[in-house]
Amino acid sequence: MDNNKSLRLLVSSSPHIHSGENTTVIMQDVLIALVPAALMAVVYFGWRAVMLTAVCVGTCVVSEYICRRVMRRSQTIGDFSAAVTGVLLAFSLPPTLNPLYAVLGSVFAIVVVKQMFGGIGMNFVNPAIAARVFLLISFPSQMSRWSMPFFYLSNNAGTDVVSTATPLARIASGSVDTSYMDLFIGMRGGCIGETCVLALLLGFGYLLVRRVITPEIPLCFMGTVAVIALLSGQNPMVHLMSGGVMLGSIFMSTDYVTCPVNRAGKIIYGIGCGVVTMTIRIFGVSPEGVSYAILLMNILTPHIETLTLSAPFGKEA
Amino acid sequence: MGLPKIRLTAKKKKTPESEVPAVGPQIRLPKKPYRTHGGIHAENIKNTSNSPSEEMPIPPRVIISMRQHIGAQCEPLVKPGDFVTVGQKIADSQSFVCAPIHSSVSGRVKSVGTILMPNGEEIKAVEIETDGRQVVCEDVKPPHITNPNELYAAVRESGLADLGGEVLPAFVKPNYSAPDYAVDTLIINGAECEPYLTSDRREMLEAPEDIIEGSKLLMDILDIERVIIGVEDSKSEAMAKLHEVISEKELSGKMCVLKLKASYPHGAEKVLVKACTNRIVPMGGIPADVGCMVLNVTSAAFLARYVRTGMPLISKRITVDGSAIAQPKNVTVPIGALISDITEFCGGFKETPRKVVVGGPMMGTALYTLDYPIIKQNNGLIFMSADEVGAIEPTDCIRCGRCVSACPMCLTPVNVQYLVQKRDIRGINDINVKGCMECGCCAYVCPAHRPLVQFLRMAKDLCGN
Repeated sequence: MDNNKSLRLLVSSSPHIHSGENTTVIMQDVLIALVPAALMAVVYFGWRAVMLTAVCVGTCVVSEYICRRVMRRSQTIGDFSAAVTGVLLAFSLPPTLNPLYAVLGSVFAIVVVKQMFGGIGMNFVNPAIAARVFLLISFPSQMSRWSMPFFYLSNNAGTDVVSTATPLARIASGSVDTSYMDLFIGMRGGCIGETCVLALLLGFGYLLVRRVITPEIPLCFMGTVAVIALLSGQNPMVHLMSGGVMLGSIFMSTDYVTCPVNRAGKIIYGIGCGVVTMTIRIFGVSPEGVSYAILLMNILTPHIETLTLSAPFGKEA
Repeated sequence: MGLPKIRLTAKKKKTPESEVPAVGPQIRLPKKPYRTHGGIHAENIKNTSNSPSEEMPIPPRVIISMRQHIGAQCEPLVKPGDFVTVGQKIADSQSFVCAPIHSSVSGRVKSVGTILMPNGEEIKAVEIETDGRQVVCEDVKPPHITNPNELYAAVRESGLADLGGEVLPAFVKPNYSAPDYAVDTLIINGAECEPYLTSDRREMLEAPEDIIEGSKLLMDILDIERVIIGVEDSKSEAMAKLHEVISEKELSGKMCVLKLKASYPHGAEKVLVKACTNRIVPMGGIPADVGCMVLNVTSAAFLARYVRTGMPLISKRITVDGSAIAQPKNVTVPIGALISDITEFCGGFKETPRKVVVGGPMMGTALYTLDYPIIKQNNGLIFMSADEVGAIEPTDCIRCGRCVSACPMCLTPVNVQYLVQKRDIRGINDINVKGCMECGCCAYVCPAHRPLVQFLRMAKDLCGN
């Protein structure tokens, strides 16, 4: 009995067991899901892909570290969320971009978009998307210089860059010459991580299997893009497999912080992303609209959530 | 439930399925469970499934708390120095939601004082020094039950507190069938969805006849159409036993054993009613509002035994488990036995416990001391080692929405935490936080380890005042 008296027992609120999941594991899963796309990026765009990704991830992590230090808050670089932002930003940059712009974008993503609003969970738009749009508006010409895969193997290494138009730009100008197979495996000009559809779909499968994301948003996003393309007399396959639809719908629009938490909200959000994307693609000046679409829907998320709040069990709606 | 309804400004009235009891000549028994929302698949740790109940020897003293369940506190009927016998009524109350309390031992009342409950409440308690003779009180005799009123009186006198989710004095439940309610379905709760706990499973394996007999008694006296016994699919042996008894007694036209998917919280009253009958208990309502009565398997079996012997509720089967206890097992203990004595009976600790939980790991209460007596509502005692507790500091919410999809009541725990931090009482009322039954699914799945149940309790307190 004396033994019992000396027991130091922990008293806390129920439940007393936990699933064992944590934020770090989720972010690691997202990074793992991005690995196939990263490998293909290296194959297609060579050392420039490696360098840009490293620069973005490095800058994001360092800025998060400094930010949290300056703000005297607990350190959060260990949860890998800054690394995910870095990879996603790098994947949505053109391969030949000057790394200084990448540094600027990363600092903007972490300092302005994420930490100034309170850090992880508090940003009202996706940091990587916001940073890409920021660069796109500030440096339009640098952000739209595309090069074909394997450009780094070509003989005229002195000029370094062979400019090409992306399939989307060619849809806008009325001619598509890339085959479905080329689009599927990513043999086209575009951002570092967005070209290989196969690799991105592998990542999608992994995220679904690990239950990191639910399929509603990506499927509604892709479905809407395909339907609108069909209705407007364009090729839905080309629209789905070019530009940032795959990368955006699988990895960016599903960012927990900036998408609705309930199922009905997710469906509306996904459809909204598709509608805005296609509106910009068909009627806009810019050939691509995924980033703007996600950014806009991010901002609408709180309102979608309020409108779609499910009725509690046993309460008549 | 599928896709949640989208609620725009205009609210459509939909007739709930619950309002169509469709009385036909044929009694409809469900073949498979109806869909329920949310829930979790907790790792099914049940180390004591195959441990038959063991009777604990009478301890040297017991402390009987004057509050054994939700509702009013009882007033002691004994004074220090009195000699009490087994089954003697030692406390009662005039309040409606209260069952009398009986002595679980024979011996001398040492003191009538107060004890501090784990929830911080001071409750009156009677301390009895046992004499080990277990003299049975002469008032203990089988009740005579022929009509509903006699049944209510008998169930009240038995002191039964039911374990079907909310621990109410059991006689309140049959009372539901008073003229205001048309109860046509009796649901016997054998889900036992909490990890670790196996006490109901043992009841189903050890006394299936009693369970069926108790259910039949209620069915006959209260004129109930059908009985559905909900059992999780992890307990196939128990299901087979119940099946056997039902067909032996030729009750298969009116009684069935329903195989529920193993998911927590299937044993929660409202979830169980939905799974068994597809009826939705209105928020703030009781199962009787939709014609159902829910009773735990152990309660049903107890009822049968009470009618046979007249011995009131004086002991309880408790699952003792956790990685810190030397011999995990199912123990039948007298009400009022101290946890320290039960620990000793189970061979003491094999390592130092870091957390001691009375009840299940999902909804139980953490204790600060082992000098605390067992009450009627307890069904588990879990001694967790430091490894099992695995204290992790909460991190920032990432709004992943796992709590929303896990909530069986379709609430949005993710929003509650912000509303509580802002003390936004209007906002809290808007999201119907009162529907929360504190099952703990949200906090279990939260990757940021947010103490969501605690936030929900705070929210309930805020709008209560």
